[in-house]
Amino acid sequence: MNRSHAADVIVIGAGIIGAACAQALARRGLQVLVLDAGLHGATAAGMGHLLVLDDNPAELALSNYSLQRWREQAADLPEGCAYRSNGTLWLAANAEEMAVAHSKYLNLQAHGVACELVGAKALRQREPELHEGLEGGLLINGDGILYAPATANWMLDTPNIHQRRARVIEVDGNRVRLDDGQWLSAEAVVLANGIQANELCPELPIEPKKGHLLITDRYPATVTHTLVELGYVTSAHNAKGPSTACNIQPRPTGQLFIGASRQFGTTDPQVEGWMLAKMLKRAAQYMPGLARLNGIRAWTGFRAASPDGLPLVGQHPQRQGLWLAVGHEGLGVTTAPGTADLLAAQLFNETPPLAAHPYLPQRFLGEPAYA
Amino acid sequence: MNEYADLLIVGAGPAGMAAALAAAPSGARIVMLDDNPLAGGQIWRDGPQASVPIQARRMRERVQSHRNILHHASTRVIANPGPKQLLVEDDEHGWLISYDKLILCTGARELLLPFPGWTLPGVTGAGGLQALIKAGLPVQDQRVVIAGSGPLLLASAATAKKHGANLQCIAEQASLKAVAGFAAQLPRWPNKLLQSFTLFDRHYRTGTHVLAALGSDRLEAVRLSQQGKIVELACDRLACGFGLIPNIQLGQALGYALEGQALAVDAWQASRIDHYAAGECTGFGGSELALVEGAIAGHAAMGDVEAARQLWPRRARWQGFAKALNQAFALDPRLKSLARPDTLVCRCEDVPHGALAGHTDWRAAKLASRCGMGACQGRVCGGAVQHLFGWSPSTPRPPFSPARIETLMSLDDTPPAS
Amino acid sequence: MPELMLDGRALRVAEGTSVAAALALGSDGCTRTSVSGQRRAPLCGMGICQECRVTIDGRRRLACQTLCRDGMQVETRP
Repeated sequence: MNRSHAADVIVIGAGIIGAACAQALARRGLQVLVLDAGLHGATAAGMGHLLVLDDNPAELALSNYSLQRWREQAADLPEGCAYRSNGTLWLAANAEEMAVAHSKYLNLQAHGVACELVGAKALRQREPELHEGLEGGLLINGDGILYAPATANWMLDTPNIHQRRARVIEVDGNRVRLDDGQWLSAEAVVLANGIQANELCPELPIEPKKGHLLITDRYPATVTHTLVELGYVTSAHNAKGPSTACNIQPRPTGQLFIGASRQFGTTDPQVEGWMLAKMLKRAAQYMPGLARLNGIRAWTGFRAASPDGLPLVGQHPQRQGLWLAVGHEGLGVTTAPGTADLLAAQLFNETPPLAAHPYLPQRFLGEPAYA
Repeated sequence: MNEYADLLIVGAGPAGMAAALAAAPSGARIVMLDDNPLAGGQIWRDGPQASVPIQARRMRERVQSHRNILHHASTRVIANPGPKQLLVEDDEHGWLISYDKLILCTGARELLLPFPGWTLPGVTGAGGLQALIKAGLPVQDQRVVIAGSGPLLLASAATAKKHGANLQCIAEQASLKAVAGFAAQLPRWPNKLLQSFTLFDRHYRTGTHVLAALGSDRLEAVRLSQQGKIVELACDRLACGFGLIPNIQLGQALGYALEGQALAVDAWQASRIDHYAAGECTGFGGSELALVEGAIAGHAAMGDVEAARQLWPRRARWQGFAKALNQAFALDPRLKSLARPDTLVCRCEDVPHGALAGHTDWRAAKLASRCGMGACQGRVCGGAVQHLFGWSPSTPRPPFSPARIETLMSLDDTPPAS
Repeated sequence: MPELMLDGRALRVAEGTSVAAALALGSDGCTRTSVSGQRRAPLCGMGICQECRVTIDGRRRLACQTLCRDGMQVETRP
């Protein structure tokens, strides 16, 4: 290691993305310094849902690859990470959505993702709490859940990783300046700090997308799979205005995690009663019994959204030495392993395990200014 | 179902009832909420094994006699969805209450510190045991140890004995010197002196604190440090509490300032315009102080400045009592070290002490361990970690108590005009 | 005097008795099982600690702040 460098690599952000990148690099023998300002971003607030999404081929490739990597490391994750492979059950409320389920099924099958179509009757047998009028669903068996903060901590607890509580106020290629004025340098700097990325690189097209969540008291054996409405694909995920979609996750404790909502144009972390009500009403349409359960906590978080719903993973085309791992929106936990592997391969100039092109920053920032 | 109150009072203990009675002659529409099935708060809790003092009974009757005071029992505050608006819930319904003026009389809860075995069935708070007995808990011939700190230990012991408990020990952690010093001051408040004589018990031991609760499936014995000696007492119940901490969560959520651990109020019991607080939530001081603070708040909220001002000397008198009390029963630093690494601190999520030590603040500890993320929202473990590690609690978010999802769904779901 | 069912067993109690007290009168006083499998009983007695969460007529309620009613169905192991 260059003696004037603080580390081989500096990672800004100790959330799931920064942690995964740090772990991947540390395992290759690099000295990694992880700087975190202690703001607790999306990793602390999110649902920890591991899911394969196929809105577009690049999303499918990254999420599917990452799920495989999660399943491979599952045995290594400590108890506190609460990893479960309980599958996602996409719910079709009508014939039109069932047709979407069917085409997803074909697409996923073609890409080797284990899944099965579920008819109305079978749906009720598998999940007796669901509303009677649903058309059916698609079960993606290999999807799972985990507790992201503990998982990030486990990743950071790797030899060669050093952590420091510090706020970075400026980046200059492979150098960073802390708020105490100190400059630190490394062979490479990785920016993995979610919605704060814009503060250091205003040119990044990252926008915060607010989400509400609620967790219930313990009601064991009520729900088995993570239940997500197919209308999610058309409604919340791609909408511009505030929107909600049913997302009900059974925690290993027997609590139910309820989401999901999306709002642009605000960074106010307050729980907004109108949005909470809207989100809960949507969820209760799919699971009527939800109304009689007790909610014990509600909170919000901000996803770092990019214009095309795909993260930016690769070297900054104008700032040599600065590498980006940002813009994961609601797929940060899912795609952390894939992001880390993509980044490490690019740093080491190796062939990446999946095509890196769709996630390269130049698609927004322009072609590289250096060789 | 929406409701309107000129004056909304949260809490129907001595402070809340005094506030309602002070405000009632104005004719204002007064709504008083309480999460218990009957009015009275903790000190005047009613039930099949309670003996409510005549003063309390009279207050309750007077409250009931006023047609402009509406008392909602078994009702909790869930959220503050808008300015001067609270979402509340009882056993059947959730609804919105809009108000012009608010008086928080949310009282206090016990400081419960973790020690080995404290999660065993049979271990309760000291005030906790008293409350449970009043509501019908049988203690006839049960061997009871009362422990912790403060005059509440004596009150709890008296209730237990009255209902046939076999009192083994009252373990007060404060030193004999501190307790005697406090007792010597009691003649300043004659009826308190009288109270102390009636409550005194031969099993009272100072300089004595709990070390562990022993038993496999339920409590079987208690290990105490009695003036330096280790003593084990076989028993059926351990009622242990280390004084009172103010219930400030709703105040915090509504933007009330804090003074120490309590809600801060001025001479009119006001935090800010139209928002008042009275009683234990503004600092512990007993029922006499709560009554006069509540009355001041009730008068002030109705604009009756003279009536409020006339009560200031009486409040000052009882504030002196509160100060003496808090000084005498300061907690021994050794109580911070009772918990072992495997002793649970968060009882809702079963988080042990070992998982908490080493974090820099409450938020980091919560995220890593899930301590404080359970149903009690950190009301029990938060009090403990504040005492053990000095961590301040975070501002509460709605729901302020576990609430039926249908209650939350009843909020208006239209986005605010931007 | 109301009669209620506690985990399937009938008990008659004095008017105004809390469900928490009824469980101590008719059973071992335990109200729930913790996330790591420990049986728990009421701790604070005043609606704060949440240890006395039971299921009453299908809804999760606090036993220490709920009065017994005739015909109530109380479950401590839902």
